[in-house]
This record gives sequence, structure tokens and C-alpha cells, in this order.
Amino acid sequence: MSKAVSALGGVSHKGFVEVSEAGLQGMITVRGDLSSAKMKKAVKAATGTAVPEARRIVIAGDKAAAWMSPDELLILVPYTEAVATVAALEEALAGEHHIVADVSDARAMFRIKGAKASQALLKLCPVDFETLAEGEIRRTRAAQVAAALWKSAEDEFSLVSFRSAAGYVFGALEVSARTGSEPFPA
Amino acid sequence: MLTLECPYCGVKAEETELQAGGEAHLKRFGPGSSDDEFEGYLFLRKNPKGVHFERWRHAYGCGKWFLAARCTATLEVFGTYSAQTKEPPADLQAKIKAKRPDWEGYK
Amino acid sequence: MSTRLQKGGRLIDRSKALSFTFNGKRMKGFAGDTLASALLGADQMMVGRSFKYHRPRGVVASGAEEPNALVGLGTGGRFEPNQRTTTTELFDGAVTASQNHWPSLEFDIGAINDKFYRFLPAGFYYKTFMFPRFAWKHVFEPIVRQSAGLGKVPQNRDEDRYEYAYAFADLVIVGGGIAGLAAALAAGKQGKRVWLIEQTAHWGGRAVVDGVQIEGTDAGAWVKEAVQALEKMENVTLRTRTMASGLYDHGYLMAYERIADHTPGDGRPRHRLWRMRAGHIVTATGAIERPLSFAGNDIPGVMLASAVRDYVVNWAVSPGDRTVIVTNNDDAYRTALALLDAGLVVPAVIDARPEAKGELPQAVRARGVRVLEGHGIAKVKGGKRVTGVATCIQAGEGAELEQIACDAVAMSGGWSPVVHLWSHCGGKLIWDDKLAMFRPDPKRPATGEDGAAMVTAVGSANGILAAQDVLADAHQAVGGKGTAPGAVSEAEEPLIPVWIMPQGAGPALRFKMWLDPQNDVKVSDVQLAAREGYESVEHTKRYTTLGMATDQGKISNINGLAILSDSLNRAIPETGTTTFRPPYTPISMGAIAGEARGEIFQPLRKTPMHEWHETHGAHWEPVGLWRRPYCFLRSGEGVHDAVNREIRQVRNSVGLLDASTLGKILVKGPDAGKFLDMLYTNMMSTLPVGKCRYGLMCNENGFLSDDGVVVRLTEDTWLCHTTTGGADRIHGWMEDWLQCEWWDFKVYTANVTEQYAQVAIAGPNARKLLEKLGGMDLSKEALPFMEWREGVLGGFRARVHRISFSGELSFEVAVPASEGRAFWDALIAAGEEFGVMPYGTEAMHIMRAEKGFIMIGDETDGTVIPQDLNLQWAISKKKEDYLGKRAQERSFMASPDRWKLVGLETLDGSVIPDGAYAVAEGYNANGQRNMQGRVTSTYHSPTLNKGIAMGLVKHGPDRMGEVIEFPVDNGKVVKARIVDPVFYDKDGEKQNV
Repeated sequence: MSKAVSALGGVSHKGFVEVSEAGLQGMITVRGDLSSAKMKKAVKAATGTAVPEARRIVIAGDKAAAWMSPDELLILVPYTEAVATVAALEEALAGEHHIVADVSDARAMFRIKGAKASQALLKLCPVDFETLAEGEIRRTRAAQVAAALWKSAEDEFSLVSFRSAAGYVFGALEVSARTGSEPFPA
Repeated sequence: MLTLECPYCGVKAEETELQAGGEAHLKRFGPGSSDDEFEGYLFLRKNPKGVHFERWRHAYGCGKWFLAARCTATLEVFGTYSAQTKEPPADLQAKIKAKRPDWEGYK
Repeated sequence: MSTRLQKGGRLIDRSKALSFTFNGKRMKGFAGDTLASALLGADQMMVGRSFKYHRPRGVVASGAEEPNALVGLGTGGRFEPNQRTTTTELFDGAVTASQNHWPSLEFDIGAINDKFYRFLPAGFYYKTFMFPRFAWKHVFEPIVRQSAGLGKVPQNRDEDRYEYAYAFADLVIVGGGIAGLAAALAAGKQGKRVWLIEQTAHWGGRAVVDGVQIEGTDAGAWVKEAVQALEKMENVTLRTRTMASGLYDHGYLMAYERIADHTPGDGRPRHRLWRMRAGHIVTATGAIERPLSFAGNDIPGVMLASAVRDYVVNWAVSPGDRTVIVTNNDDAYRTALALLDAGLVVPAVIDARPEAKGELPQAVRARGVRVLEGHGIAKVKGGKRVTGVATCIQAGEGAELEQIACDAVAMSGGWSPVVHLWSHCGGKLIWDDKLAMFRPDPKRPATGEDGAAMVTAVGSANGILAAQDVLADAHQAVGGKGTAPGAVSEAEEPLIPVWIMPQGAGPALRFKMWLDPQNDVKVSDVQLAAREGYESVEHTKRYTTLGMATDQGKISNINGLAILSDSLNRAIPETGTTTFRPPYTPISMGAIAGEARGEIFQPLRKTPMHEWHETHGAHWEPVGLWRRPYCFLRSGEGVHDAVNREIRQVRNSVGLLDASTLGKILVKGPDAGKFLDMLYTNMMSTLPVGKCRYGLMCNENGFLSDDGVVVRLTEDTWLCHTTTGGADRIHGWMEDWLQCEWWDFKVYTANVTEQYAQVAIAGPNARKLLEKLGGMDLSKEALPFMEWREGVLGGFRARVHRISFSGELSFEVAVPASEGRAFWDALIAAGEEFGVMPYGTEAMHIMRAEKGFIMIGDETDGTVIPQDLNLQWAISKKKEDYLGKRAQERSFMASPDRWKLVGLETLDGSVIPDGAYAVAEGYNANGQRNMQGRVTSTYHSPTLNKGIAMGLVKHGPDRMGEVIEFPVDNGKVVKARIVDPVFYDKDGEKQNV
């Protein structure tokens, strides 16, 4: 595993908020019947959380389960646990129509930290951050590429994009976070 | 630039988050169909000034295709609904009829 | 002459002097000045030359409607032409230059055009430059380009940066005058999410200048209190310097914030384009004063009456010691009072109305000013600035009665509501005869997604001019509780419309009455257009250029269409207005581009090995949003040599191709086989686990849309490889069919394209190289051609496919993308003894062409079916249906006359140009040679050392050995023999070892 590197090697920039690539992150796509008993058990075992409600992410320590569509979840676990979690999910869902795919290496993850984190993001995403609910994951676009974002801590957002576009996303975040460019400076 | 509410995830998405897919409720004709049937399926599209049913995909979102009923002239949206339907839901049709009494109806 | 007054100026700070230059001349202004007020304060009345006649032009207005006073602002990377001085805040060190003259503003060669005005009427270009045809390009166009046009194009890269921002609100109120403030106060108290935006740097609008009393205090004090109250409301956002440029569908409002125009180079973005979504929009955009059409009304010093009092009150600038006022309404008398209050002289008020007995005219009379009722201006005297006016009877033909010396003229023809935003998205207007204006028709607003009105116009923008009525209208429009703020202003008598002054002016005067000073359109031009049959106002606009260019006719349109209506003998509402289109005032190209420039102009997708390629001579080729190495250049090497070297290496030893960009889609479920049988022309359900199969996908038209190798991973899971450009498209295509047509199929898909770094290891030494990494048995027996195995290869989790696009022994290995770079490094290291090197897309293309393999996008162009490419072997005969099958049964698709794939070998060994067509005997109905085929791929093959090509040729496969002709450049003809498209290793012995 030591050979594995994230798309941008953890690059960061400090402007009016700090934007950084978060490094390797285990991510697993799970599709199936989200209401089934097997699914609930499988997710509980993988992340320690319930199956999230529509458009919600439930976080438990370094793991989380996010609702991506009516038949799709994104499971977040530490990168080193992804392969084992995939196997466990496969086993738990055996006999039920489903798909489990390791997408840890297909994505890049970013953190936008600071009290004005949403002010950098609202330059790139057509999202109403004032009405973004507690625990909501929003799939949208960041400038010209697909992204998913959520408030991962007080004064912090996490954003996931495709790995190949990581350089573009970081560039857009860096410009958006530059000092003095807060849309609401006061 | 219009906004449509995705019936699958509830996000009110703007057009840049969506992908347009043309007319809804087409019936597919495959091998064995007549030339007329196939022509109708492949090429002939409604282009009304008024009530229209369309396919949209929440492409930068949950990825689901859904259907929308809207007025092509005023861009009023009458409703969005599941793609897994053969025709517009009855209550939606009634709602449109109430708003547009001159509407000739679906089909 | 225009000067700075000793006292007053509510917007300027005399303690902060700013210096700037105009055409190299140093001038002084104050903080709070606009460029226009600073220029006038420095007695620069003439600020440019007109578009067509190069007549001297001065400041007319004090706001967004200004047609004349445009300058080039800034230098180098901060130069921008056509900046409106009236809306540009002065900053220290501003460098400005006038436009549209040569060699200088004072002495301009082009002014000769003015003497020939009779020969430059409306439609002059259309009529004159038709014949002879060659003259347009060589004579007329160069002359026109030299003499016409506004500012110069910037030559440097823009030094500033720009951005978008998205915002959402229940209510966006546009315009920070008293109407907007009253609406915001009322709406804010209801708890709505409110934005109030104002295009200037100041709140309050006209009322403050006009001396209105609100709630028992002067308007200025009330505005200050209102803004403070709004600032305290958390649900209200206030923005100055933010102009609502356009309103679009479903409450989508664009607002243009000028963050750093007045503080250039301070590190902030220069402009921000707000992309707002508003539940409802209130337009409190005010009204714009109309000029009057009298001879010489374009001479510097003739200004709008409201602008004159703005300059006096706001910036303490006097346009002249003696200002004559000419009007058809009471409001202009406020200008007389403002001038008198400032100690200036008003020699006369010339009022076109038969009598002027209202409160304001009486107040002016009481100050000893002569009021000439029923009079007009026959002519303005002066050249580069006003020296006087000649009066006449308004009802007459313009016989001069009296000359009055003056250095400025303040004119008022009434007010036009700013209805742009109201109209952008379909809001309709009605003509108000009493006020002589188009105002919003409340019964026909623009509607939103729910079918209800999404815009409400309030105050002057709604055709309501008296301050007390404005406040009541704004308050009530947003459902304000309680009573509206009360106001007191002077009562006004009605105006009478005056479209031409005097009423019976003859041609000589009409030739000098400007309607649109920016485009040099005069009363005579519109009348000529009407005579020539231009009845539609839209046609007249384009024929005369009335209302075009940067000001879009803000002061000229209504007067112009009134003249048109009069000429056509019909009522103004029958003529109607031209269409109001965004933006309201021009916005910068930078703001439109937002953050998208330079490195992030467009997403650049990178594979995990991208950086390695970058540092190893990659000569990039764009493939969709990816960059793929076309070849890897070594020092001193040309592209052609590099490609040949790479091919020789693969054919003789081993090479590496970064194939990570290929699409990879998982398809899983009990019905996955059935689904793939519908998607591909081949049978995929029968593919055994552990094996690979090349597959073709067609659209419902029957045309080839994508191809790739399909892998059966498990009993219910397939992995579909797509082309680089096809990954997202094909994934979307699959989901479309699963969600919208076959939703009863139990199938899930997942796009795992980017999960894997994929490398093709190709060449006779490929196996030896991989065996050095160790960990998997890759022998012919353990991993036969067109099969795959999973394992750990050199410590990497790998899926190894034995597939070949080069015709050589070849393995495509997929590893997790995060380990892709390490895997690549390991391959390079292990391959050293074989001289391993990467190869690029061009080597790949040539090698596949040598093997006769088709390429989506080369052999296909959206009109080619698999049968055209002799791919019948990949079309299942057993299947009743697949996407495209019915279409391929159409008579045209089944015709034996379709052009089909063949190989082409030039007789002289040269390379046929790409896309060349093969000619047949005879000519078609258009006199063109008949065609019988075309080249789809063409290369120099280093392996065979000759030109090889593939092409589609009529009856091609039946014509082996025949020679056909491809006319190429300069009458040359390339002859080529039709041959089998497989040029190399026809039996596939090399890949199957």
C-alpha cells in the first residue's frame, strides 16, 4: 500500500479559507435496495452507521455512509480498509441484487476549512449554502466538473471529485479562496 | 435558464446540473416494426408551443432520469415525475388541464 | 466653460484630491467624483468624437444612459475601451483617452464626414458598398474600419481576475433609490431573504438631488436611516456597485458587481458576476430623462436637465455660467432652481408648452428668470462647445426670434421608465398617453416556473414619478404592513409630448437634430427609413443603427420610435419598442468568463502517470478533456522520428502505452447478460467467465457509436471497456436504457473508469518483462489470448487482460489508480534490459491501422454502420433485437451500394492526405465530379516502409487490386490500389504466442 499516492499528494493553499487535498480516502460505491434488512446490516457492519436518509451523510468517526441516489450509497472508510470492506459488503449482500465497487482510487477529496468556507464554494457551485441542511450531502458541479460536498465539521466542508480532475478542482478552489475575495467580507 | 426539481432526490437543480433528453413517453419500435412505426419512433418529434413532456437527467446530481411537464412558451413547470411511467400521471394531467383549458390533452 | 464650484457637492470629499490624465493632460478631481464630473470640473467639455460624422461630443448624462462620454481607460493589461465616464468612479492615477478621432481630439481628419452628411444617410453602407464586388474587401472595408468604430481593442493580456458567485433569495430588489429602499424595508420586516442591489456607489437615487422631503426630513437623511435600518436586518443583503444586467427564466438574475474598478490592482477580483436565483424580482430601476430633438442638440454643453442638476448638487460642477433650460415639463424647472441656488445664471427657460403655470415654473419666475412659453430652440450655436441658442415658436417652422448667449443647454423631454429588466423575460409594456411613456403593464408581467408573475415594477420604473406616490407604490408592491413612508414634493402640471422642435422644422434643421448621438442617427435618418419602407421598429433600428452599440439607445429609442410613428402616421403603441435584451449596460468579458482562464479555463483530466509523461518529453494530444501523449520526444528528435522509433520498439521488443483513459464500466445483475445483448451487436451473455470479447455498440439509427473489449468478471458481472471519449457517454447511455426503457431489468452499473490505471505492455518481450515483476503465471497456457486473470503482479493488485490493439503479444494491466505511477515506474525499471519505452497515441494508431483495426472517430463518423466496416462477424445473427438492429434493416442501410471498408496502398508508396476523396467517372447535377470513396485513416507505416490507408469505397471489397484516383492539392492525383485492410501479420501469429 505504500506505493499508493493521492492525486495531488496533499497540496494545500491558505487564502481567506484553507483549501487542501485530503489525501487517500477509502470510498466504496454500493448500489442495491437501500431499504432491505441485508443492506442495513451491511452498512452497519461497514461504517457503524444506519443507512442514511435521502441526501444525507451519517458520519461515525473515520467512517461514513452517504446517500447518493435512491439506489446508491457511498461508503467512506480509511483507505487501507477499503479492500476488506468491499469484501465484507459483498459477503453481507450476497444473494441480493446489488453492486459493490471500490472507487477509492477514482476520486480525490478536498477540505475547505475556515469560517467562510462556504464563501469559496459558492463561487463554484450553484448551491444555496444557507439552506443546506445539517448532515446534507449535495451532489452538484464545481465549476465545470461533478462534485459532492458536505459540511464535515464546524467551519469545514469536504468535497469529492473525480481523480483525473483533481488538479482542475484544486485550481478552482485556490482561486476562489484567495485573500480579499470574500463575497461577504464583513 | 430553468430549474427543475428532481423527483428522486428532491434537489431543485438548475439547468447546468441537468441534461436534456428530448421528448418523453416515446414507444420504442424494434425489429419487426413497420417503416412508418420505426420512422415515428426514430424521427418524428412533437414540437408544441405549449404543454410538453420531456426527459431530463439529474446529471450533476443523483444521476437519475426523470420526466417533466412544462409549457414551452412560458416555461411554466407543471410537475416532474418518475421516468418509470408509460404516461403522465392522471393528477398531473388534471392539473395541466385546469391551468390550460385549451390543452388538447396528452397524445 | 464648465468649472468646479467653490461650495457644495454632496458626493465629493474635497480633502481628498485625486489626479488623473486625459489625453496625457494632468487633471485634478476629488474622491467621490466620476470621471465625467472630474472632466467637467476641469473644463473638459468635449470628450470624444462621434461614430460616423466625427462631430465633437461632450457629456450628456450623469448615469448609465450616457451615449457620448466614453473613454479608453487604463494602460497595458488594465486597458479597456468604451468606459462610460459617467459611471466610472475616479481613482488616483487614472489614465484616460478619448476615442474615435485621428490624429487628435481637437483636430480630426474624419470630421470631414460631417460636411458630407447629405451623402451619409441611413443605409449608406448598404446602398454604397454593393458594387463593384471586389471593392468591398480592398477599398471600402479598410476605409470604414479606419474611420468608424468606437474604442481600440486591448492588446495585452488582462491583468485582473474575475469570478462568479451563486446566490439565492426570496426577493431581489433592483435599484437603491427611495423606491428600492422602501420596498426593502417593507420586505425585510417580513423576514424574507432580501437582496437590494444598486448599480452606483451610492444609495438614494434622484430623490436626494431633487430635494424631496420624506417623513419630515430631507431625503438624504431618510436614505441614511433606511440604509442603517436595513444593515441591521440579518435577512437583508445590501450591495452597491452591483448592476442587474439581465433577467432570465425562472427568476435567474445576473448581477454585475464592480468590486475593484475604483481600486485597481488592490488584489481583489475586479468584477464578480452574481448568478442569482430569486423567488421574485422588484425592479426599482427608476427612469431616464429623454432629450429633445432640436438642431444642434449634440454640441458639447447640451445636456439632460437632470444631469445638469446632478453635476451641480452631487459634484459641485457647473456646466457653464449661463445655462438655458428647454423643456416640455415642470420637472426641468428643478434644474433652474438648482443652478440658481448655486449662484449660476439661467438666462431663460424655454418651455414648449403653451403655458407653464405650475408650482415649479412659478417658483422659477419668482426668482426672476424669464420663461418663454410656447417656445422652442431653433438652433444651438457653437461648434466644440455651446455659445448660445436661437429661439423660435414651437408651433412654427423655426424662424429665429432671438439669440440668447449661454454656455450650456439643459434639456428635458420627459421621462422614460427603465423597463429593461421588466421586459427581458417577456414582461409587456403599455403606452401611457398622459405621461408620454411606455410603462410596465401590470397585467402582463414575466412569469416564473409556477406561472405567476415573477417581476413587479415599482416607483419611477413603474411610471410613477412623484416621490410620495413612489414610496406608496413600493411599500404596497411587496405587501408592506402599515403605512408607507410619506413624502412631500412639488406638484407638477402635465407635460405635452414634443418629438421635434419646432413642430414644423424643415429638412435643414432635421438634418441637425440628433436622436442617437452615439450612432449619429438623426431625425432625418429615421424619416428616410420610413419613406423607404422600414415600418417595423426592429428593421428601422438595424437600418439606421438607432439604439445600437454600448448604450442601446437608452435616451434615444423612444424619441426615435415616436418619429417613426409620426412618419408612418400611426400611433406610438402601434409601432411599439425594440426588444430589450440583456445586458442592461455592457459587462466585461472577464466577468462573463469568471474563473475560467489560464490553467482552469477547462478541466484538464490527468492520468496517474501524467506527470511522468510530462517530464519525459510527452508531445500532447487533446482527447476529450484528457491530454494523451501523441509520442514521447527525445532530445533533438522530430515527431515523425519519435513515432517511428516507438513503433519499431513495440514490433521488435516491448513498449508501454498509458491506456488509463479507456472507459471501464461495471455491469452487474441477474439480467446483465440480457442487457448487454441489447446494447452490443454481439452476443455478450454467452461470454464465459475469464474471457474477453471485442464488442460494438450502435445507436438506434444503426450507426456505430462505440467499441471496446468486454470482460466477463463473474457469473453476473461484466466489465465493459469503452473508448476514451466514450466512458461517460456510454455509461449515461446504459443508465438511460435501464432507467427509462427496461426498468424491469435487474442490472446495476458503475463507472469505474478512474479507479484503475491501465497500461498496455506490447511487443515480443512483453511476457518476459511482466515475468520479471513476478507473482502471476502469464504463460500462453495459463493466460491465453482474449482471456484475463486477476492476481498480484510485482506486488500490485492487478487484473491482466491478454488483448492486443497493436497486433503484438500484448497485456493490458489494470492496477488501482493510486498505485498507477508506482506500477509504471516498476515496468520502466523491469523493462530496461529490453530497451522498454513508452509509446504514444500515434504509434498506437499506426500499429492498429497496420493490423486493419478500425478506430471509432476515424473509420466512423456517425453515418457508418458495422456492416460498412465488414464487421458482420461481430454482429450476432441469433439475436432478435439489439439497439440499432431495426435501423440497419432500412433499405438504405442494406443497400449493396454503400461504401465499404478496404485497405489502400499508394502505387508510389506515398501517404494519401487524410480525408481525400476518390473520384468516379462523370459529373453530378451540380457539375462536380462523382465520388466513389474516401480515406478514413492514412499513415506512413514504418513497419512496411510505405504509405498505408483505410477507406470506404463503393463496392470496395469486390474490387481488390483495382486502382482508384484521389485528386489532392494543386491538381495532383494520388493513385492507390484497393487491398485487404490487414497489412501486417494477417494470421495473427504475433499476438497469439
